[in-house]
Amino acid sequence: MEETYKVYVEVGVIFERDGRIVPKWLKMGDVRYDIERILDCRRAASMKAGGCGLRYTIRCRGQNAYLFFEDTEPGAWFVESRQAVPAG
Amino acid sequence: MRTILHSDANCFYASVEMLHHPECRNLPMAVGGDPETRHGIILTANYIAKRSGVRTGAALWEAREACPGLVILPPDYDQYLRFSGYLREIYGNYTDRVEAFGLDECWLDVSESCGIKGEGEKIAKEINERVRKELGLTVSVGVSWNKIFAKFGSDYRKPDAVTCVSRENYRRIVWERPVSELLYVGRATSAKLRKLGINTIGELAETDPDFLYAYFGKMGSTLSIFANGEDRTPVSLIGDQVPVKSVGNGMTMPYDLKTDEEVRVSCYMLSESVARRLRENGFAGDVIELYVRDSELHGLTRRHRIDVPTNISFEIAEEAFRLFRENYRWKKPIRGLCVRVSNLTAEKRPYQLSLFRSETVRKKQLIMDQTVEKIRRRFGDDAIRRGLMAFGPRITPRKRQEQVIHPLSYFQKGNLSGA
Repeated sequence: MEETYKVYVEVGVIFERDGRIVPKWLKMGDVRYDIERILDCRRAASMKAGGCGLRYTIRCRGQNAYLFFEDTEPGAWFVESRQAVPAG
Repeated sequence: MRTILHSDANCFYASVEMLHHPECRNLPMAVGGDPETRHGIILTANYIAKRSGVRTGAALWEAREACPGLVILPPDYDQYLRFSGYLREIYGNYTDRVEAFGLDECWLDVSESCGIKGEGEKIAKEINERVRKELGLTVSVGVSWNKIFAKFGSDYRKPDAVTCVSRENYRRIVWERPVSELLYVGRATSAKLRKLGINTIGELAETDPDFLYAYFGKMGSTLSIFANGEDRTPVSLIGDQVPVKSVGNGMTMPYDLKTDEEVRVSCYMLSESVARRLRENGFAGDVIELYVRDSELHGLTRRHRIDVPTNISFEIAEEAFRLFRENYRWKKPIRGLCVRVSNLTAEKRPYQLSLFRSETVRKKQLIMDQTVEKIRRRFGDDAIRRGLMAFGPRITPRKRQEQVIHPLSYFQKGNLSGA
């Protein structure tokens, strides 16, 4: 079975006036991915990565993926990745 | 007739840790205190560890003996509080009558929501599924017409289950159980009941309530009501605060205390935290209580009413230490201490001045306390300490949030069976 890792990523977000947090891009390693659309946002756990938070379903380079916002104090963003430390 | 749910997060601390540490999910694991500072007991364990005999309350070494290869993780209360909040958010989607019983258990009264959200069992199943999907935890939910039977329902099947206790099946699910499993029947009461030939809850339920009252007093009537499913205690509203009856802080010392000086320092440490919490909630109290636990774990409690209600750390500490000096005959070194202030009143309430205390001095002490608090808030707890603390054990009192963890008494708000 393939291993999934919890990888924290750098995310650029916009805080809308009504308080919504909209992620605009994320960076894994040295690669920056622009988020084309946000399809969904709901609280969900990631058993694969090992965490829980607000799960954004994002469209990125034509593919759908999950981006999690772990709303601890302070918060952090993570993804489920097949590589522990993504290659550049 | 009401519809009451009781939701119990399975192996709560362990489950939260297993969510964040997938590598532990298939290993025996437990959450336990820190053996370095001798707070080393098991708080909870996952099912794999439980099957090997690891029990809540066991010492860490005992647990390791019962289960070699046991993984023990330290507790992360911030995390547990966070998840407890998430659980309550989910419950709050179904009703505003959500009453917590500790961090991991809640009662819900969904009687008025059934019309919109569906029958009790349907709501219970939805909650069960949402907790799994949204939080990665599992809950056991009991559904019944009263709080006591609903709790039996959640205890009946673990983990991850919904159990309805209905008029059709309560005899099987509740009445067949031994009396010791009924809420508020402890070791002493169940021994007394066994002597009377009452071994199961059903037998208790069928015992004449007048007889139980004669034998056990008010508690006897209460137990009869509980056993018959007649408890009418309401489920509190979600925002309800239980009135605070006392504020205390206790600690197990990192090493056994052997001198008066060490005890005095510890009294000050504990009193500072108690004083701060009293002020935060706007209280002052005039009964100071000290609890001492020696190295053989024997406890001693002494309390005294002072002349003027206080929330000043100096006054609390000095009184606590005085109680210690007058009552403890240093037969054994000391393992733990607890300082508590009760008989609380609002701090702004006018009080009779004492002939023996200078109000000017008291005001100065209060200002000093408040200033120290301000400094600590800005620069951290370690930024400033009393000089005498240099001569005592280097202990770090628990952070603020960790001090309000334990489940409150069922009867806390004066609701005695509601009958």
